[in-house]
Amino acid sequence: MKIAMAGQPNSGKSTLFNQIAGYKTVTSNFPGKTVKYTETKVRFGGDILDIVDLPGTYSLTSFDLAELEARKYLLKKEATVVIDVVDASLLSRSLELTLQIAELETPIVLCLNMMDEAERKGVHIDSEALSRILGIPVVPAIAVKGKGIREVFQAAVTIGETQKLPNRIEYSKDVEQVVTELESVLEDECKKMNLPRRLLALKLLENDHYFMKCIETPTILEKVKECQKNLEISHGKPSDVVISSERHAMAMNIFEEVSTVTEPEISFRDHLDDLLMHRYVGYVALAMILYLFFNIVFGIGQFLESSILEFFDSFIPHLSAYFSGLPLSLVKGVVEGFEGGVGIVLPYLVPFLIGLAILEDIGYLPRIAFLMDTFLHRIGLHGKAIIPIILGYGCTVPAIMGTRILESERDRFITATLSTLIPCAARTTIILGLVAFFISPNAALAIYIFNLVVIVMLGLVLSRFMPEITPGLILEMPSYHVPSLKSIVLKTWLRVREFIYIAWPLLIGGSMVLNYLNYTGVDHYINQVLSPLTLLLGLPAAVGITLIFGILKKELTLVMLIQALGTSHILSVLTRTQILTFTVFVIFYVPCIATLGVLYKEFRFKKTIIIMAITMGLATLLSLIVRMMGIIIS
Amino acid sequence: MTLDRINPGQKARVVEVLGGWGLRQKLNELGIAPNQVISVSNSSIWRGPILVRINSNEVALGRGVARKVVVEVIP
Repeated sequence: MKIAMAGQPNSGKSTLFNQIAGYKTVTSNFPGKTVKYTETKVRFGGDILDIVDLPGTYSLTSFDLAELEARKYLLKKEATVVIDVVDASLLSRSLELTLQIAELETPIVLCLNMMDEAERKGVHIDSEALSRILGIPVVPAIAVKGKGIREVFQAAVTIGETQKLPNRIEYSKDVEQVVTELESVLEDECKKMNLPRRLLALKLLENDHYFMKCIETPTILEKVKECQKNLEISHGKPSDVVISSERHAMAMNIFEEVSTVTEPEISFRDHLDDLLMHRYVGYVALAMILYLFFNIVFGIGQFLESSILEFFDSFIPHLSAYFSGLPLSLVKGVVEGFEGGVGIVLPYLVPFLIGLAILEDIGYLPRIAFLMDTFLHRIGLHGKAIIPIILGYGCTVPAIMGTRILESERDRFITATLSTLIPCAARTTIILGLVAFFISPNAALAIYIFNLVVIVMLGLVLSRFMPEITPGLILEMPSYHVPSLKSIVLKTWLRVREFIYIAWPLLIGGSMVLNYLNYTGVDHYINQVLSPLTLLLGLPAAVGITLIFGILKKELTLVMLIQALGTSHILSVLTRTQILTFTVFVIFYVPCIATLGVLYKEFRFKKTIIIMAITMGLATLLSLIVRMMGIIIS
Repeated sequence: MTLDRINPGQKARVVEVLGGWGLRQKLNELGIAPNQVISVSNSSIWRGPILVRINSNEVALGRGVARKVVVEVIP
């Protein structure tokens, strides 16, 4: 049995999915974090269920790629049952989607999620009455707390077996008349598209561009236009407004029938927003939050890095008592690769990801989008673009996937290009582990600010080259949620696991390869090939090879640097300027292999090459500037 | 009067959404449709976006978008 979870953005589909499937997909408190669907098999009772978590969609009309994915899936009608997940505090609006899903003529279960939130907002719902009106099972739940999960899936399994369809909700008489009239000519088209006639007729009356394109027969198209015109004349407004306002009214009526609304509890969360979203104070708060965030991550990381490295420093020399020659090189490679992971990457990565998870779950990211919209507008983007960019501080791959929430292709490309320049967690470990650790935390902060300035300037340049009016910001502000410990821990683990399973083995392997090359003297030739670059940047030739490893995984460069230079006391071999030049180069140059892969998937060959060229050019230029400034200052 | 000129704290009733089919549908999905009573709860500096409250939820709209929503102020 196949069960699809559909619903409006941020209604908790992924949370519900994770509750039944184990933690398989990242959840956060902002609309549009799920951009592609996840599918999993789950044993439930005696059955094996195929559960699909779809991206959120406000209606069956789609505007961005994420919504399109959800709608395509629903229209294929592959699912035996659709679980419509609804944020109970937004019931009236959510019912408009429910009514549309019902038109698909598939069995539905309505999951009234976030019942606690609804009560707090003063919305009290009689779920039995709702179930009677819609003719579908309605199950209250609080997915974050694991309440009502079994009941939802139990209801889905039951209705999947009986295949009971939802009640047909009637529009007003004259609309129904036009619908029936149109339905009569659509028989062949519906067979071709495998869609219920009523649904297609309604969508065509709504002038939905996607469906309009599917109608090829001129006579039918003519009929559609005629019916649209009739509605427009009799109601005095465009036919799409006629249908949507009828649906709106139906949803309102149902909502009023099944719920009572009392005064919402005013809690400190409401006052919090007055502060965090304030036109001036909001920015001060934003700066303070980010400053604090940075310092906490660095503080924890520095403490762990220095004590772990100290341990390894005292331990590695003893290895030569047991090994010699090539084996010694290889064993040292393994130990140093292990050291790099546990001593340099994890101390910064883990606190960083925990912090990011907390900000995500509280619901602060869309607030940042609101605050930053003004500024992003100046570089030709709108506020929603900040969400992929912020995700970029975690990892560039989800950032690029996240650009799917943007409506225009141009915005997607510019935002993706800019997010490849954002220092991801891997590059953050380099900035913190190298610059902050060996120079000073303020120097590290300066690098972040420098990075932002470059991004803003590149944004300005790109939007000059691709002038187009962006669609403008339309973004829902979710309520603040108290983050759940479980969600934070699991989400951090899901992300750290990527490092442990994929990057760390690479790190250890790469470290062995480097030692082997070193032992055989091959690294010398590689460094010689790269010497024009290293010479230009004023770096020792030995760092050349680390830059190659950095394309695999950025954090490799730091670990390899320590190895290539033969000491973890970097300051004894590199000057401060050299450290800064190196770091700036590593931050900006060609994104890692995983990023290139996802860029290719999302934007194809040509644009990926363009991004590679831009980043490589920028990296060389900027690190050269840093070198020059270093010479001038000292 | 258009929505971008409403002061924070003021209430208004939506009269019409100007602009094409896409914008009309998109705003309708979020509950900004004719006859709906909404209020502006915040507006940011430098002609940045405004925050609109519809029943119990909030939506951020860029100025350009807000300019396309025709409203009448409810005193």
